[in-house]
Amino acid sequence: MRICIVGCGAVGSLFAANLAQLDEVEVWAYDTSDAHVDAINAHGLRLSGAGEVVGRLRATTSAAELPPCDFGIVATKAMHTSAAVAATAHAFAGGYAATVQNGLGNEEAIAEHVERVIRGTTFPAGKLLAPGHVQWDVKGETTFGPFANTPLEAVRQLADACTRAGMPAHAVEDARGPQWRKVIFNASTNPIGALTGLTHGRVCERPDLRALVSALVDEGKAVAAAQGIDLDADPEALIDHAAKPGVAYDHKASMLQDIEAGRQTEIDYLNGGIARFGREHGVPTPLNEAIWALVKGVEASW
Amino acid sequence: MAALSRICVAGAGTIGSLFAAHLARVARVSVLVRREEHARMLNEHGLRVSGRADFTARLRASTDPAALAADLVIVACKANDLENVARRLSGHFAGATVMTTQNGLGAEEVVARNGDWPLLSSVTFMSGTKHLDTHVEYVLDTATWIGPYRGTTFDDAVSVAGLIERSGLRAEAFEDLRPAQWSKLIFNATVNGVAALTGLPHDRHFAEPPLGDLVRALMDEGKAVAPAFADDPWEMNVLASRRGHAHRPSMLEDVEARRPTEVELINGSLVREARACDARAPLQEALYALVKGKEASYS
Repeated sequence: MRICIVGCGAVGSLFAANLAQLDEVEVWAYDTSDAHVDAINAHGLRLSGAGEVVGRLRATTSAAELPPCDFGIVATKAMHTSAAVAATAHAFAGGYAATVQNGLGNEEAIAEHVERVIRGTTFPAGKLLAPGHVQWDVKGETTFGPFANTPLEAVRQLADACTRAGMPAHAVEDARGPQWRKVIFNASTNPIGALTGLTHGRVCERPDLRALVSALVDEGKAVAAAQGIDLDADPEALIDHAAKPGVAYDHKASMLQDIEAGRQTEIDYLNGGIARFGREHGVPTPLNEAIWALVKGVEASW
Repeated sequence: MAALSRICVAGAGTIGSLFAAHLARVARVSVLVRREEHARMLNEHGLRVSGRADFTARLRASTDPAALAADLVIVACKANDLENVARRLSGHFAGATVMTTQNGLGAEEVVARNGDWPLLSSVTFMSGTKHLDTHVEYVLDTATWIGPYRGTTFDDAVSVAGLIERSGLRAEAFEDLRPAQWSKLIFNATVNGVAALTGLPHDRHFAEPPLGDLVRALMDEGKAVAPAFADDPWEMNVLASRRGHAHRPSMLEDVEARRPTEVELINGSLVREARACDARAPLQEALYALVKGKEASYS
């Protein structure tokens, strides 16, 4: 089996290095960073933290070099999906492209270039420490499911490979539940931290902001319900759990880190995605639209 | 109302400095300040105006209200300082008329609790930048709107507006200022809150999608709460956002300097009025909560 990771940042690297441990899987990685690609080819891709792994794989910045693959795992930031998949789509002409990205709309963006797409949501997290070296912060599960006409059997093959490699994954008929649960969680908390500068715990201990978080969650749940999506867990419970000291009380939302660094955020695929699906299904989402517009305003201020 | 020959301006921030310096050209002006150093500098050097005007005014400054006398007291401190300043006025300035200028709602009531002076209310749209205690830049020459409040008449408002006009600033008298105050409150709550959260000056983004759509929705909520409004806040926004010079709303300057903002008095007033009349204003509620969260993030 040949698998190509498209976008070998922190999350992409967790999949790449772990999958490279399997004898029966040949792993490729496509990334736009010369330094990262060169380091991976010279010394392997190293993970440290939650697991110590060195993966031997082929990395390239040139999509033309990619051979035909059975699976792609797209792990770019959501705003780079179209460009990355357009460049690499030829490698998946006879295979499948799966997403493990944040937000909504990635499957649709991939499907513009690749015929058979797999929906996915992943919880492991990390950060790039240096070229070729990724800190593995959190282990966690991945859920894959078919998008459009993709057969479940193919989804199972990918999930099984990930599980054997130490990245536990499930194949389910409808993977929208975990996807929307994660999106609603992120869209309701991430931008509130980003706009105020508060950590997750401090957002949640202010009754007015916690009420705003709940109002955002309610809009997201209504949009999910209108599509017949069963959330696999209540985002409210996850939000309260994460706010506990020792869990993620002091966590600075990734969007806050993006804003502090002047980097484009994933707001279009979080609150912007909820608002877009809401419009398509006749569900009003005024607060998600408001939060989306405010973060777009922040981006416009740079 | 007595002849307007002696004016005292209480508070010499940007707005107070603009009033004091201009009015010193047509009346005897004193300034009530909090810091001794501020008073000394003003007494020694006068108060320079640059920007839309260029002159240096001579005036008298003091930290002691007992040392100052006036026919008209213009309370020009920030809304956050109003309780303090109103208490300092208490027991002084017998016979004077007192005019409030603060953002938000309810400044008149605060002053009224501290003395039985006749009261005028006003809202001011002029803006500037205070560079030094002795130097203020006059940036936007938009008007101050004045109306009667307690024990005053429309004619009193006309007299004060006339004096302000003669001093080189712009002013207009209204029979009933409440609708104008509501226009400004809705405008201010929205523009200041959005600027503070996004970091944007009041520029074209406020009148174009996507941010302009939010600004309009916030203003629609405000208009639904207002018992009456004068100028349409959205039209005020469109006009102001198209000025060549992008104004930096004070709440944006405050959050960038990590200072307390006027959110409680501006956005808080609006939200409390909405709650009091059972109007739903979820976007204004969100804006209010987010700016307060931003203030909380300073520490």
